[in-house]
Amino acid sequence: MGDIVDVAREQVLERGVGLSQEQLVEVLQTTDDRLPELLALAHEVRVKWCGEEIEVEGIISLKTGGCPEDCHFCSQSGQFTSPVRAVWLNIPELVQAAQETAATGATEFCIVAAVRGPDARLMSQVKAGIEAINAAVEINIACSLGMLTQEQVDELKAMGVHRYNHNLESARSYFPDVVTTHSFEERWETCLMVRESGMELCCGGLVGMGESLEQRAELAAQLAELEPHEVPLNFLNPRPGTPFGDMEVMDGKDALRTIAAFRLAMPRTVLRYAGGRELTLGDLGTRDGLLGGINAVIVGNYLTTLGRPATADLDLLAELKMPVKELQKTL
Amino acid sequence: MTFCSHCGRELTDGSHESCRQALVMEPPRYCAECRRRMVVQVHPMGWTARCSAHGTVQS
Repeated sequence: MGDIVDVAREQVLERGVGLSQEQLVEVLQTTDDRLPELLALAHEVRVKWCGEEIEVEGIISLKTGGCPEDCHFCSQSGQFTSPVRAVWLNIPELVQAAQETAATGATEFCIVAAVRGPDARLMSQVKAGIEAINAAVEINIACSLGMLTQEQVDELKAMGVHRYNHNLESARSYFPDVVTTHSFEERWETCLMVRESGMELCCGGLVGMGESLEQRAELAAQLAELEPHEVPLNFLNPRPGTPFGDMEVMDGKDALRTIAAFRLAMPRTVLRYAGGRELTLGDLGTRDGLLGGINAVIVGNYLTTLGRPATADLDLLAELKMPVKELQKTL
Repeated sequence: MTFCSHCGRELTDGSHESCRQALVMEPPRYCAECRRRMVVQVHPMGWTARCSAHGTVQS
């Protein structure tokens, strides 16, 4: 067994074959002095197998708070003492958000609801929202509405949703420590249905929730098995009132190693910076990640917390000479 | 203002330095006048927070 960076160079960069779970553990165990080398390799892999472009997305919460599920990282669960109150967004505000997102040059706009799965009211609101957005602005619409039935998958496809987000959240072996109100397998099932439907599957997770390095590698390997079009990578932002509210923020170098590992697990996927990066990586780390395997960002704010100003990210992309993906192109 | 819009405690109760830092990356959750939990909507480019008694504040 050779040096893992050399192995990855030959296997992933040259042949485009993602690393196995066991190999990813080795990547996550690399020492700090080898981190620059690891990130440089992950960047080479990204450029070779995905291209130079960066995909930009904005997200909005259509239905905030009051969720019946108990995802321990989430401030929107109705089971915790989080200060987040339930609220629905109206259609004009949804359209305005889509327009503001498109004005940044983003090609993706994701409508998110804090639910176990959509009911008839939510599906109706989503349908009305998509129609209103399509009438006002050109942008790809994605949705994240929890677990779906086959009928709902078909409905969303018919509405023109081109990408559906449903994260695994954590490795199968750690999932019961993160969520108890539904199972990993239920999530997996929705992901399979979405993928089979022809909608693009967006499926990622969170790291820094107390999982081991082995479980972090396991998550990457399980995501790779699903072959999602996009993988949003979140870093825990401990939220007051949640079971994970007192956890430490993940170490920045560990976060960067994780980015590289996910890229080396999935050389062709859209690997997106999602929540928590500002807290975990800061400005310098954000740059390092963009030069270490990331090829997509969420600009502006998140669902309940704030992000960097969109202009800060767009200026950084320009400085790094990373072109923003244009509409109608697929990475 | 009487209450911290991040944690909801009285402003005279502690320094609230960590709250001030948190509010750089989070919208307010409590009304600074009455400490009611506000209805907050985060948008990609901003946020609004509404108190049923004291109205709406926004970014």
